[in-house]
Amino acid sequence: MTHVPEMQRPPDSLCSPPPPEQPRRTLLSVHDVSKRFGGLIALDSVSLSVQAGEIYGLIGPNGAGKTTLFNCMTGLYDVTSGEIHLESTAVHNRKPHEIVRRGFARTFQNIRLFTNMTALENVMVGCHSHTRVGIMGAVLRCRRTRQEEAAIHARAHELLEYVGLHGKGRFLASHLSYGDQRRLEIARALATQPKLLALDEPVAGMNPAERQHMSELFRKVRAGGVSLLLIEHDVKLVMGLCDRVAVLDYGRKIAEGTPFSVQQNPAVITAYLGGGQ
Amino acid sequence: MPDLSFLHNRPRLALLLLAGLLTLLPFLVGLGLGNAWVRVLDFVLLYMLLAIGLNIVVGYAGLLDLGYIAFYALGAYLYAWLASPHFGLHLPFWVVLPIGAALAGLFGMLLGAPTLRLRGDYLAIVTLGFGEIIRIFMNNLNAPFNLTNGPQGMNLIDPVHLAGVSLGETLYLGGMSIPSTYLYYYVFLAFTLLAIFVAMRLQHSRIGRAWAALREDEVAAAAMGINTRNIKLLAFAMGAAFGGLAGGLFAAFQGFISPESFTLWESILVLCMIVLGGMGNIPGVLLGAVLLTVIPEALRYLGDLQRALLGYVMVDPADLRMLLFGFALVAMMLYRPAGLMPSRLRKREFAAAHESAGQDHVELYDTRA
Repeated sequence: MTHVPEMQRPPDSLCSPPPPEQPRRTLLSVHDVSKRFGGLIALDSVSLSVQAGEIYGLIGPNGAGKTTLFNCMTGLYDVTSGEIHLESTAVHNRKPHEIVRRGFARTFQNIRLFTNMTALENVMVGCHSHTRVGIMGAVLRCRRTRQEEAAIHARAHELLEYVGLHGKGRFLASHLSYGDQRRLEIARALATQPKLLALDEPVAGMNPAERQHMSELFRKVRAGGVSLLLIEHDVKLVMGLCDRVAVLDYGRKIAEGTPFSVQQNPAVITAYLGGGQ
Repeated sequence: MPDLSFLHNRPRLALLLLAGLLTLLPFLVGLGLGNAWVRVLDFVLLYMLLAIGLNIVVGYAGLLDLGYIAFYALGAYLYAWLASPHFGLHLPFWVVLPIGAALAGLFGMLLGAPTLRLRGDYLAIVTLGFGEIIRIFMNNLNAPFNLTNGPQGMNLIDPVHLAGVSLGETLYLGGMSIPSTYLYYYVFLAFTLLAIFVAMRLQHSRIGRAWAALREDEVAAAAMGINTRNIKLLAFAMGAAFGGLAGGLFAAFQGFISPESFTLWESILVLCMIVLGGMGNIPGVLLGAVLLTVIPEALRYLGDLQRALLGYVMVDPADLRMLLFGFALVAMMLYRPAGLMPSRLRKREFAAAHESAGQDHVELYDTRA
């Protein structure tokens, strides 16, 4: 296989997570973000920040605004007010593809794979943003095009193996099992070479063993130098996995901190178990 | 059907035979069926060009375009403006054709820009309107100044001149006379082969994957870093450019164009070729173009047959054509929804579905365990 230096980095060897004593860099900062749909306030002045190298959990009851916040951060929705910065660049109200190119990838709550393409092709599409062969290159298929294609192929195979889909590249995405589809979505998102990966309920509908495998994958991704932002309902998984957790309820952030401290927070307990006691 | 399996291991020989067949085809058709059929053959190639272009928009990028013939019209009219007595310009075809393709591509983007947010039926309606607008413009732009000569159409368009030979006239070569339709066959064939080459290269490239992703799921495509606006406009422009090219060739070939050649029916016909043959798959699209050009011509014989048998024409072949198209489309939707020659992926999908159905069957009824 042809070697292209830039794309040959295996995902494992990107860089190790920074040691805890080192001052941490803010990767994503959400400042006072509100989102209204007509009269409905889906997000009400939410602020949070994700540090480089951390797994940040976002939890909250159904309808709390978690996915809305995700969509605001990744460019699917414009924010009504507030600011979102990725490293030092403002990314609120930018187009999704611009945000992806700055290193912020996502997966979807209801899996959105390219169902009629193979698993391998799905991941290859993910390489789109950091490859650049255009029409002329594609038609003439010059040396650079062939090299880039080979590199995309190699990279896609590598990523499939990385998420545990070794040998399944030839299957159509729609024919993979549910768990494999979730993994494929992660591989596809990783192909965009993100610094921060946002996962929207990545273990929904999985059994405990599968959840365990997935959280191992998340740790591996983090160890590879990609920070994670996680929406999850499974409190046990979030508590075991996340460095910090924010809790949303009715569009507001009602708590933030270590999983343990959040668990003890009376506001959180009220939100989850209902008020009035 | 002769046994062709011996060609499987000999791609060179197969290619050579195919090249020989394509070279001799007009003479074989001319001898076997008469010169009128060589003209049909030329139109098969023109429709192939159109179908390949529309396939980029509809088959690859999944944007339903019902006004595609407008780009064909633009290419044809541009050729007529730059190479006919109408404005007194007589530029050579190798200058006019690229300009025509570029103009059509530009209009493709102009059509694409306001429709970026539209999908499916809504996009189809807008593109249909665009196709009609272009035709109606061509029909009415004989005043205030005469741009298109209105419904009378434009006449005396220059034929293609190649190496000092006008392809509009019979060529006397040695003792042989080769009619104009034979000569155009080779020109059209060259452009069609070029279009096939370009379309296939695009399909299996980063751009082609981005189009496929766009067709599958626009939101997810954007989340993969694909600039959906640019990639859509690119699809519209590329498809339209092929249409413009075909239009220019059509104008040169016919020597006469009028708005009547660019009706909605033509757009639908080209779309039918793609759907019938197999959307997104070049061999399928080519097959569709062959079938839908040849069958209507063959149906004309039914009129003659009726006259011979009954002494009068009971069913007009033109009506029969519509009836058969309708039947064919309904049958296609029922039995071959992916087309006669579905694309590689769809074929694999059907195979896999079949396989898994078989497995279910074993699980349900296997009582040995």
